Amino acid sequence: MAQAAPALETTTRRTGGTSKLARREARAFYGFASPWILGFILFGGGPVVAALLLSFAHWSLLSTPSWAGLANYRKMFADPLFYKSIANTVYFGAGSVCLGVVTSFLLAILLNQKVRGLGFFRTVFYLPSVVAGVATAILWVNILQPDYGLINNFLGLFGIKGPGWLVSEHWAIPGLILMSVWGAGNTIVIYLAGLQSISPALYEAALLDGAGWWNRFWNVTVPMMSPVIFFNVVTSLIASLQAYTLVLVMTEGGPNNATLMLGLYIYRQAFEYFDMGYAAALSWAMFALIGVATALQFLLARRWVHYDA
Amino acid sequence: MTLTATRAQQAQPVRRWTRSASQTSVERVRKTSSYILLIAGTAVFIIPFLWMLTTSLKTAQEVLAYPPKLLPATPQWDNYPTAWTSLPFTTFLINSIIITGLSVIGNLVSCVLPAYAFARLRARSRSAMFALMVATMAIPAEVTLVPTFIMFSKLNMVNTYWPLFLPAWFGYAFFIFLLRQFFKSIPQEITDAASIDGAGHLRTLWSIFLPMSKPAIAAVAIFSFVGNWNNFLTPLIYLRTQNNFTLALGLSLFKGQYETQYNQMMAVGIISLLPILIVFFLAQRTFVEGVRLSGLGGR
Repeated sequence: MAQAAPALETTTRRTGGTSKLARREARAFYGFASPWILGFILFGGGPVVAALLLSFAHWSLLSTPSWAGLANYRKMFADPLFYKSIANTVYFGAGSVCLGVVTSFLLAILLNQKVRGLGFFRTVFYLPSVVAGVATAILWVNILQPDYGLINNFLGLFGIKGPGWLVSEHWAIPGLILMSVWGAGNTIVIYLAGLQSISPALYEAALLDGAGWWNRFWNVTVPMMSPVIFFNVVTSLIASLQAYTLVLVMTEGGPNNATLMLGLYIYRQAFEYFDMGYAAALSWAMFALIGVATALQFLLARRWVHYDA
Repeated sequence: MTLTATRAQQAQPVRRWTRSASQTSVERVRKTSSYILLIAGTAVFIIPFLWMLTTSLKTAQEVLAYPPKLLPATPQWDNYPTAWTSLPFTTFLINSIIITGLSVIGNLVSCVLPAYAFARLRARSRSAMFALMVATMAIPAEVTLVPTFIMFSKLNMVNTYWPLFLPAWFGYAFFIFLLRQFFKSIPQEITDAASIDGAGHLRTLWSIFLPMSKPAIAAVAIFSFVGNWNNFLTPLIYLRTQNNFTLALGLSLFKGQYETQYNQMMAVGIISLLPILIVFFLAQRTFVEGVRLSGLGGR
């Protein structure tokens, strides 16, 4: 079907111009696509270009904007909080992606063993990712509370004195990572769909060759799943960069900026200090960070992702 | 087809041979340990919710008690009305319903139309525009945040609902992509038959595509509902007076004012989760299907 369409277009072009019918169809296309086209101008491409221009300006919203040249970028590279926010973002991103991707992969494999009550387990693992919001952020503030929170109480049962979590500079981000792993259930569903599409013949063949369960896992499951793992790594990495909205509720970036993420810093500059130009420059840094992280993923993927279907 | 069949037949006797007594017991051990791990995992995932529930029913002293109590001596059901009325939560709830409702309808209308265009209508710039649309999915919201805020503030729309639902009426790349993938799977013959019968594009979309893509449309509606209901950042930026606040924003305000009253916070938190929990349990299958669609779409 898809191959027939261009062929048709070339024949009409050869027989002299586009036909009336094709022109009418093109008009209908633009009509139907217009919500997105307008949306792209107003809320997508337009603002991206505006943000670029804005990053070369000083503007507090109340004053008239003035040309700043590279001042905002120079300020950025000299700003210790900018580096701190990058480090926090990368720490949180790497931690939550590694732990989340591994945990949900293992849970998906367990769920794929033809267990009974699959629907029940899937619901339980998936639920936290659906309800994640301010309510669960507040819940986790309570769970991570050092004196009477759930986790430190549990550790106390084994005589371990739990850390201060969100009130400790060193443990605040690990606490946030724990919360994010709890909310990574949507990746389980994606893994499960991938696992179920692996042909049983491959496992039969591996069994025939006398492969044990570890060999079957390592040489069949992992390579066959690598595109799905890759998809989950990239999407959860991008999602982790936006986790700062809940951080805003939970710690407001503290203690001592230990949980200041780049997104939060942009928010602060724009809506607390009203430095729109600097916020725009920071948002371009975030764009670059996402771009680099994604590109890096794609480069590394060549080594380990196995496409074969 | 035949190849896999023969392979399976070849595998059959070998399998019977490997399934010796020791093999089945190994199998049984593995199955049991799977269940044990799954139940342990379930506990880890579900305990926070139970903790939320029991905390919401504790007295203030019980919340801070050391050593802690898992269950309240007597459930304090009063925490719920007390917490709910300590801030105008009913107003917040109504605001959330209005904003989420307008956004979901907007998302559906403004995503179904472009999805049909990208799936079925031919135009020279279609593939270029589709690539552009997919590329916009990579733009972080933070980049557009500041210019969009400036635009709305120049339009005097700060502290109104407009900035919260208007963008939903202008398409959303991820939903368009999801719907387009689904629309493409509808056979061309059906569309052709409809157009021979004289149906225009709107009519074809309305009476053929929409009824045939109920799962995808339900997935979009539900993702849109959850996303807007949980949205915190946009209300935080645009809403100023308390009477306009959404439930998510009201909750964070509550947290700021009643810093250590965890029992009341958990009570309001549970109430705010109820709509999503109800939707989730009613439409569980759709959720899972939607995630699967989106996940494999990116493959």
